[in-house]
Parts: sequence; structure tokens; C-alpha cells
Amino acid sequence: MNFGKHAISALSLALALALSGCGKTEDAGNIIKIGSVAPLTGPQTHIGKDNENGARLAVDEINAKGLELGGKKVKLELFGEDDQAEPKTATIVAQKLVDAGVVAVIGHLNSGTTIPASKIYHDAGIPQISPSATAVAYTAQGYNTAFRVMANDAQQGKALGQFAVNKMGAKRIAIIDDRTAYGQGLAGEFEKAATAAGGEIVAHEFTNDRATDFNAILTSIKGKSPDLLFFGGMDPQGGPMARQLKRLGLNAKLLGGDGLQNANFMKLAGADAEGVVASSPGLPIDSMPGGPEFRKKFEAKYGVIQVYAPYAYDAVYALVEAMKRANSAEPAKVLAELPKTDLQGVSGPIRFDAKGDTEGGAVTLYEVKNGAWQVLETVK
Amino acid sequence: MDIFLQQLVNGLVLGSIYALVALGYTMVYGILELINFAHGEVTMIGAMVALSVIGVLMGAAPDLPGVMVVLAGILVAIPACMALAFGIEKIAYRPLRKAPRLAPLITAIGVSIILQNLAMLIWGRQYVSFPPLLPTIRFEFLGAHISLLQIAIVVLAVTIMAGLWLLVEKSRLGRAMRATAQSKEVAQLMGVNVDRVISATFIIGAAIAAIAGVMVSAYYGLAHYYMGFMLGLKAFSAAVLGGIGNIAGAMLGGLLLGVIEALGAGYIGDITGGFLGSHYQDVFAFFVLILVLVFRPSGLLGERVANRA
Repeated sequence: MNFGKHAISALSLALALALSGCGKTEDAGNIIKIGSVAPLTGPQTHIGKDNENGARLAVDEINAKGLELGGKKVKLELFGEDDQAEPKTATIVAQKLVDAGVVAVIGHLNSGTTIPASKIYHDAGIPQISPSATAVAYTAQGYNTAFRVMANDAQQGKALGQFAVNKMGAKRIAIIDDRTAYGQGLAGEFEKAATAAGGEIVAHEFTNDRATDFNAILTSIKGKSPDLLFFGGMDPQGGPMARQLKRLGLNAKLLGGDGLQNANFMKLAGADAEGVVASSPGLPIDSMPGGPEFRKKFEAKYGVIQVYAPYAYDAVYALVEAMKRANSAEPAKVLAELPKTDLQGVSGPIRFDAKGDTEGGAVTLYEVKNGAWQVLETVK
Repeated sequence: MDIFLQQLVNGLVLGSIYALVALGYTMVYGILELINFAHGEVTMIGAMVALSVIGVLMGAAPDLPGVMVVLAGILVAIPACMALAFGIEKIAYRPLRKAPRLAPLITAIGVSIILQNLAMLIWGRQYVSFPPLLPTIRFEFLGAHISLLQIAIVVLAVTIMAGLWLLVEKSRLGRAMRATAQSKEVAQLMGVNVDRVISATFIIGAAIAAIAGVMVSAYYGLAHYYMGFMLGLKAFSAAVLGGIGNIAGAMLGGLLLGVIEALGAGYIGDITGGFLGSHYQDVFAFFVLILVLVFRPSGLLGERVANRA
């Protein structure tokens, strides 16, 4: 009886020791945790998954090559989290990653989620590189932890506004934005640039990032007979909007930012996508220095590239290069090295300015012709 | 004027869809005094099933005319939703029929969440696009653009409402439904099979919801797993607006709500000089709901309690 009891406790003790030992040999400084946050549920899932896959591709490559920091072989591990494109969820997820001990975060996808999360990463002293958040406010908060590898809305909105008036000949311009940090920011920059170039803003209407019915606002806009409609928002709204625009007989060209410039927009808008113009920061994938090669690698593993995968991929490389220079994965040391980044990435050269923005980000304009996005021109 | 007319058309089409979904809420409430929050999700499942069928048919028989393909989608979606609603009632609501009223209400919310997640697992988290199968014929009437699809939606909705009205008022089943609504016990004493009547109510509501679901996805060109949530809330508001439990009220409430929403979203920006914008579109439904609850708690047509079913 007594013997049995002892045996059991001895056994459980041994088991506990074995288990804890197990954990130690696996963890002890050899695994470097990197977070990746994007919406993995909801209407923007395809873009979110695209980001995560881009980052994962880079992580897998670096692991396959082998990474050595401070004389020790280390392995990167990517923690994919879902922020549902919700600012509220973004902060919860950000805290979760900080608590899990990640040394850096690639993300988030949306500006609306990136900005509130950036405070949490800043307080924790963890570098954050967003592959796709373009709102000016993100890097304007004075956080030394916030970086992005894509042109921001000021650069993009300005290019769009000038293009609308100077190249598309728009005189009466209507604007719809989805009231997210991204949509509102982009629409604001667009409005400034278009007005400065001599366009007249005849209407500014609003929707949200869950809506599918734009009949009412489009009809109201129709009453003001614009020749161009700018939409600051994403493809789940832009697609149906393009359809309803045609159905209402509103003869205005639809112009959008990078939220529309993807494959899903084409699917949702169907035949009504024809003639829609949208921009995307950076170069078209096939004109990127490492574009064709990246496309081959990515598509072999994950299928069609939506938009930001090359940027997520570059963000991981920028981070790891900084780790290598610091010869450590400690966030404070990596942060000191990140501003010195000078990387020839897939999407182009990556250098950060004092705020953490990409220097000299290019913006490319596309138009849907014969059912596909065709490059119009690239503005620097 | 043409703009006003266009907003009216927008509102009527939207309202017809609300009305159809509202019928399902109001019928169930009339009989069980249960707010079936899963009804919006039944609508969503209808749209998703139809889209799957349409997808398969387009691959298998690409020569079939588009209208036939959509019709086939509807014809599969209807029995699918009927079976779903029958199952929901049997599994989730029937065991709780004698329980306090809060219990089935919470169960309904639970069923709604389960269905949403189930749909997410089956059809994925992305927006599913509705293929361009239907003819895009447009008419111009006093400057307003009206598409064939819009006309079809309104005509079909009105036909269904009239059919339901006849069913409830003139048929044996309808009489049994009205009797059950007045008093389950007495109806049972008179030889009405109450369980069967309740099942029938759920099934009829679900069939209508399936059609409404296909309408929504054809109209907006897409479907997604959470489309039933907002639609359900709006339709529920429409049912309350008209007087919940009252079939004519649900129709009136749906149409009114659609028109209020379209006109509200279309004009609020201009009227308030940009102070309130069109992003308050979704607020109108609930604003109206609150107004009605304050000033006329039984809804616009909610007095004739005996008439509900």
C-alpha cells in the first residue's frame, strides 16, 4: 500500500522532471518567436492570409538556410494571429503576443488595427514592421518601434489625387470612404491633392467596412453628377459598389487605392470591374527586382498572390538582417539596428527614414482592361 | 425628382427583402412568442446552398440558361432551409417549450452563432461572389434606373406575401396556425396537432427565407457567412415596426423600413449639411425601432392580436 503510493509519487516526479527537461532543451533561447498579425476571419481573410503566407515563406527560407545569432544556432517561429480587422481585437492580440514573448511583430494588415496595436508594442519595446498599413498616423506617433515597408497614404493619396485631375481629366469628384483609419486617411489625402490640382469635390459620403448596400449613397451622389468617384476602402465594399454604380446608371469612373487593387475585387465586381482604376504602393510584382522569382516561390506553396505578400516577406528579411547585425534577437538591440536597414528586397530597396517610413516609396496605377489589372504608370 | 424616385425604388427593393425575412420572425413569434434569432442565419444558409448548387451546375452544364441555373439553386436551397429549420425547432426549441421564455431566446442566439460558424467552416470566410447569370436589362423610368432583377425581386416578394396571406387565412393549416397562436391548449383540445403546426410554421418561414437569401445575394452579387446577422436584425426591426406576430405588419414594416433607410441614407448628409453622414444608414432601422417601441409598443398594426399567426 505504502509502497504503491511512493511509487506513484516517484513516478509522477520523474515524469514532471522529464517533461520540464523536455521543454527546456526545446526552448532555451534557440527559438525566436516572431508574431504575424492580420485578419484571418471576416471579409479580408484572403488578404490577411496572404500577409501571413508571405511572412511564413521568408521564415521557412531563413530556417532552411540556418540562422546563427551570438554563436548559437537559432530557429525562427512565426506566430500567426487573427485581429479580425477590428481595432479592439488588435490590441488583445497584440498583448497576447507580447505576453507570449515574441521579439518582433510583422503586422498588422489594416491601419485601423496597426495604430492601436503599435502602442502596446512600443510600451513593450518590441519592433513592429507593418507590410501594409499605409495610414500616415501610424509612424507619426513618434514611436521608435514602428516601421513600414510600403509607401504611406500621403504618398499614395497625393499620387491618386493628381492622377485623377491631371491624367483622368476629372472635374467634379465624389468621394466615399469607409470610415476606417485607412479609408478615411486615404480619402483625406486624395481630397487635398485633387483640390490642389484644381478638381471640385461635389460630395463626400461615408459607409462602413461591413456594408454591401451602397444604392442610397450612390443615388444621392448621382444627383450631383460627378465624373469621377473615389472610394477609400477595401475590395469587399469596392466590388459591390462597382456593380451598383453601373446598375444605377451613374456615369462616373471609379478610382480606388490599394484596397481595391487585387484579384478579389475583380471577382466581386465581375464585368463591372472594367475601367476601374486603382493604385498600389510599390511596383507591380513583375516589375519588382525580385518579383518574378518571388511569384514562382510563393505560388508553388500558397497559390495566387493577393497584394501584400512580397511586403510581408521583405519585412521579415529586414527584421532578420537587423538581428544579424545586432548578433542578437533581443528587441532593444534589434531596434537599434533597424533604422540602419539597407536591404535589396523583393519589392525594391528598403531604407527607413527617421519616422520609420520607407524612403521614396513608389506608387503604381492600374486599370482593369479586358478583365485584368493592367499597369497604367508608376509615380515616384 | 429622378433622384427621389431612384431612392424610392432602392428602398422598395430592399424593403421587399426585409419583409420576406420579417415574415419568418413574425410567424414564429405569433405562435411561440419566441424571437427566433437564428432566422437570419437560415437566410444566409439559403444563399450559400443556392450559390454552391449554381457553382456546380455552371461547371456541369455550362450551356444551361442563367435563369434556369439560378432557379435550380433556389429549388435546392428551399428544401435545405426547410430541413434546417425543422431540425433547429426539433433539437433546440422543442425541448425548451415549457421552459421560461428567456431560455429559448438564449438558445436561439446560440443556434445563430453555431450556424454562422458552421457556414464559415463549410463555405470559408471569404465573400462568395454571385456569378453574372441573370440578364442585366435596365429600364429608365422618369430618370430612375430600374433593373429587371429589381422588378423580379419586388414581384416575387409580393407574390409570396400574397400566397402566405392566403395560406394563413384560407387553408386548413392556416386555420390551425391561427388557432395555435390564440391558445395552444385549446387548439390541442380541438384536435389540432400543435407540434406539427409549429414545425410547419418554422418550415414555411425557412422556405421564404431561402428565397430571400438568394435574392439578397443576386442583388448585391455576393454572399458571406455573416450576411444573415445584420439582415436578421433589420428584418426583426421590421417585424416589430409592423407589430410582431402580425403578418400584414411584417410586410408593411419591411417595406417601410427599406424606404426609410434608403431615403434616410440618401438625404441625411444634405439635410444636416454634412453634420451627420450616410454612414448612419444602419442606424435608421434601430432608430425607428426605438421610436416605435416608445410611442406604439405593439407596432403599427399590432393591435389585432387575434389576427396574428
